[in-house]
Amino acid sequence: MKNYLFVLRKPAHSGAYLQEMLDIMLITAAFDQSVSILWLDDAVFQLKNHQQPEVSGMKDTAAMLQSLSLYDVTELYIETESLQQRGLNTDNLCLPVQTLPRQEIGEFMRGFDVVFAG
Amino acid sequence: MKFAIQINSSPYHNHAWLTAYQFIRAALLEQHEIVRVFFYHEGVYHAFKYATPPDDEINFVKCWSELARDYHIDLVVCISAAQRRGLLHSDEAQRQGKQDNDVADGFRIAGLGQLVEAISLADRFIVFG
Repeated sequence: MKNYLFVLRKPAHSGAYLQEMLDIMLITAAFDQSVSILWLDDAVFQLKNHQQPEVSGMKDTAAMLQSLSLYDVTELYIETESLQQRGLNTDNLCLPVQTLPRQEIGEFMRGFDVVFAG
Repeated sequence: MKFAIQINSSPYHNHAWLTAYQFIRAALLEQHEIVRVFFYHEGVYHAFKYATPPDDEINFVKCWSELARDYHIDLVVCISAAQRRGLLHSDEAQRQGKQDNDVADGFRIAGLGQLVEAISLADRFIVFG
């Protein structure tokens, strides 16, 4: 078994990007690997509550991400500065995530076997 | 050392694939092993058989097909990402009531489990694009 960290950096509605990242994250979990996720930069918007994407024919990314808990993916992290710079806080998010300050991210990443850039 | 490689961007979005291709060739020359090259997201566009670039441009499909032939490299395209983008193998095309086989020589279509397996077998996993 390997410890995976998936790093998400793209905003909520970037084509099939999030759906395909979710697919690989869930498959990895289904293969009994340890899965953690880190949201950076505009990717924090993926977790934003109260989206109305149906208006534009898109899917609610916050709702899609609820499937993580079905696969016991609960190690969820978000960069403090990415949230603050976008006027958000953890109360605006759809999942319970742990905040990590930017200066600790490098050391945090060193703790994983695989850093999966997404 | 054993490498698993993932390619995420399309041939004409940027040159990440060329960096990956050159990395793979250099690694092979140094006697390293390439466990698998996995094409995901927009990377599936590398496997379209009928891509026909002008003669004075680099032909990415030919590069990959020859790499697979000469070094027996396993080139795998994610099935769900491929179907979304209209890349179907003949079996799948038939199942979907469509025609033709779009997959270039040297590539095969498979599921994401192949990516997880490659990463498990490899010492290093590198994402391009």
